[in-house]
Amino acid sequence: MSNSSNEELNSIVDKWKDVKGSLVMMLHAVQDKFGYVPRSAAMEISSRAKIPLAKIYEVLTFYHFFKLTAPAKHQIAVCTGTACYLKGSQELIKALETELGVSAGQTTADGRFSVTALRCLGCCVLAPVMTVNGKIHGHVKPADIPSILREISKGEEQNAQ
Amino acid sequence: MPNKISKKQTIPSKNDVNPAQNTEKLAQILQQFEQNYKKIDKRITICGDSGCLAQGSQKVYDAFKTELAKTGIGFCLEITPSCYENSLYLCKSGCQGFCAQGPLVNVEGTLYTKVRAEDVPEIIETTLRQGKPVERLLYVNPKTGKRCGGTKDIPFYQKQTRVLLADCGRLNPEDINEYIANGGYSALQKALNIGPEGVIAEMKASGLRGRGGGGFPTWLKWENTRKQPGGEKYMICNADEGDPGAYMDRSLLEGNPHAVIEGMIIAGLAIGAQKGIFYIRAEYPIAAQRVQKGIDACRKLGLLGENIFNSGFNYELEIRYGAGAFVCGEETALIASLEGSRGMPRPKPPFPSQSGLWGKPSAINNVETLANVPYIISKGGKWFAGFGTEKSPGTKVFAMTGKSKNSGLIEIALGMPVKDIVYEIGGGPLKGDKVKAVQTGGPSGGVISGENMEMPITYESLQQIGSIMGSGGFIVMDETDCMVDIAKFYLDFCVDESCGKCAPCRIGGYQMLQILKRITDGQGEAGDIDRLQTVATAMQKASLCGLGQTAPNPVMSTLRYFRHEYEEHINKKHCPTGRCAKLVGFEIIKTSCVGCGACKRACPAQCISGELRSPHSIDPNKCIKCGQCYAACKFNAVRRG
Repeated sequence: MSNSSNEELNSIVDKWKDVKGSLVMMLHAVQDKFGYVPRSAAMEISSRAKIPLAKIYEVLTFYHFFKLTAPAKHQIAVCTGTACYLKGSQELIKALETELGVSAGQTTADGRFSVTALRCLGCCVLAPVMTVNGKIHGHVKPADIPSILREISKGEEQNAQ
Repeated sequence: MPNKISKKQTIPSKNDVNPAQNTEKLAQILQQFEQNYKKIDKRITICGDSGCLAQGSQKVYDAFKTELAKTGIGFCLEITPSCYENSLYLCKSGCQGFCAQGPLVNVEGTLYTKVRAEDVPEIIETTLRQGKPVERLLYVNPKTGKRCGGTKDIPFYQKQTRVLLADCGRLNPEDINEYIANGGYSALQKALNIGPEGVIAEMKASGLRGRGGGGFPTWLKWENTRKQPGGEKYMICNADEGDPGAYMDRSLLEGNPHAVIEGMIIAGLAIGAQKGIFYIRAEYPIAAQRVQKGIDACRKLGLLGENIFNSGFNYELEIRYGAGAFVCGEETALIASLEGSRGMPRPKPPFPSQSGLWGKPSAINNVETLANVPYIISKGGKWFAGFGTEKSPGTKVFAMTGKSKNSGLIEIALGMPVKDIVYEIGGGPLKGDKVKAVQTGGPSGGVISGENMEMPITYESLQQIGSIMGSGGFIVMDETDCMVDIAKFYLDFCVDESCGKCAPCRIGGYQMLQILKRITDGQGEAGDIDRLQTVATAMQKASLCGLGQTAPNPVMSTLRYFRHEYEEHINKKHCPTGRCAKLVGFEIIKTSCVGCGACKRACPAQCISGELRSPHSIDPNKCIKCGQCYAACKFNAVRRG
């Protein structure tokens, strides 16, 4: 971990360590900064806030929201709430699997794409919904997936130029 | 004067606070706001809820800003003393309800639907300059074919009783002054004047029952907590809305955060707490931001902090985040999470009202329950009890989604027949003319089948048919939805969300899911239905918390009304709706196939043949029924059934 991120981590721990029951909030702040909770950060919290590492991992692995690995470059999430499920979110996941070769919960070998199944985004009227790097796409059809992926790659090329 | 609750372990018997004093400040704000607001000529309210934002309402808002600047019409984005005379007020509101028609823009009562940024110049020219409506942006009543000018003409709104939602889609959620000018925080003043016991009496008169799903009388929860000895107590708002397909709480927090905050302060006063905590789902960042902004504004005005209105009442609010665990909706699990641990429930009693957060008496209420509180205190418990039925008084917010024509956030007086909600507010099913079922209560609930459509919606009636009120999910299903598949979907959710502490839920849920998977995969065996019922009964009776006890509900309820579907899956290995992929066959319609080859490329079993640009065909003997071809075809040329 670099010096600057170490400092950021210290300030997070210092802010919360004396507040009763704040482990979940501390982990939220860490994930906010780094995109996930790195093992080194968990160890640092453990030693500075005097919380057993086992307790930290107990909490980290219990809650769906916390991630233990670095996020992919492009994060695709398919909502699998009831409304989206009824309107075909499973078919979107299948189509993504066909195109990218990874199923929900996995990241492509090159680290470019990750596919996640989300619980509910609360945008049920747009069902089925998926998000690409946080941007919401509504009324998605499986046949739209290739063009959405092409769009991402195009954006990537333009950025590279 | 500090709070009079004695440090000794005495049971508070009398009111602990003095009546509100120094209330001139609110009156001043009200007066100032009205003075500023008088200068406003017209108000444009653009829906800024997540649903409309996802459909592009931010672009519409931005377009108004640029286009208005071009035309030279004076406008303001918030109400301040520096607003010009006769200027326009461009306001971003919370959810206006008619989400399926978003982005919604309300210009002085005229509701424009599906507005795009490109439409903005025409709205400015026609409506703002010439005072005429832009006809093409008005909603068309599908029954009469007539265009509707405002919400009062639109069938979706006509049958609703919008109390909470009226302010939610009207006020600027980030402006505490506007909330105050509309009577906000006067309920808090009144609460201080009538004291905690007066508040509880008013809540009792209202008959408000918990809107999170359980339906426990709110006043009783408060009184039980209040009765407990000791000075340290906690008020907790459960905003960890986890029911998939429901978003009432998010919309209320985003659209009218001050109503919930005021409810939290009054609740804290009633139970004798010094601290209140919002437990908000981490997936709802906008809701959390707006609540935080609201708390900060209250603190600045002295509505939070020490000695509120010189009454001796000290109260603070803070936000804590959930982290994506459905079980944390259960009170004791939520408390464990607030204490920084895994969100695992514990046996009750002791109830949270006796021993809650940090072992202190705590009351936990849902967002919608708390949002009702200021209205009840202001207008009186009797007023509230005037809506709904005797045992289920008041209004209830539902998120109507799924296969209805209209979907969105609705509020009805309890006791309304299901069919009125589905066919009049919801406009009937998306396709066909029959709604197969309505699911309420999410993963803990059940279905209302076609035969029960006449039934009025109340806590008791829903329980009678094997469902529950739940937090407000209202999912409309049509003839293409397979009930076995839906039961599997909900059970899969509960198995994934089970915390694993008690065996009935951990093992029972898994076993039920395996049986359902077998049935939908065409491997169902005789006796499976009995096995499902045996395991379900054990889970209902022996699970530690509500999650495990109610997880079998979707299965039991669909079995009760759609047993024949289960039997057809098991005995005939056939899914009548074509939804269960392994129980259907796929066929390419020769006349629709253009021969693009998309299905052939997608097929993992390589059982599709055909030359490019000529119709393809599927070899049924090799087909593994994965449905990839169906998903890949852009021309609807693959038939499933």
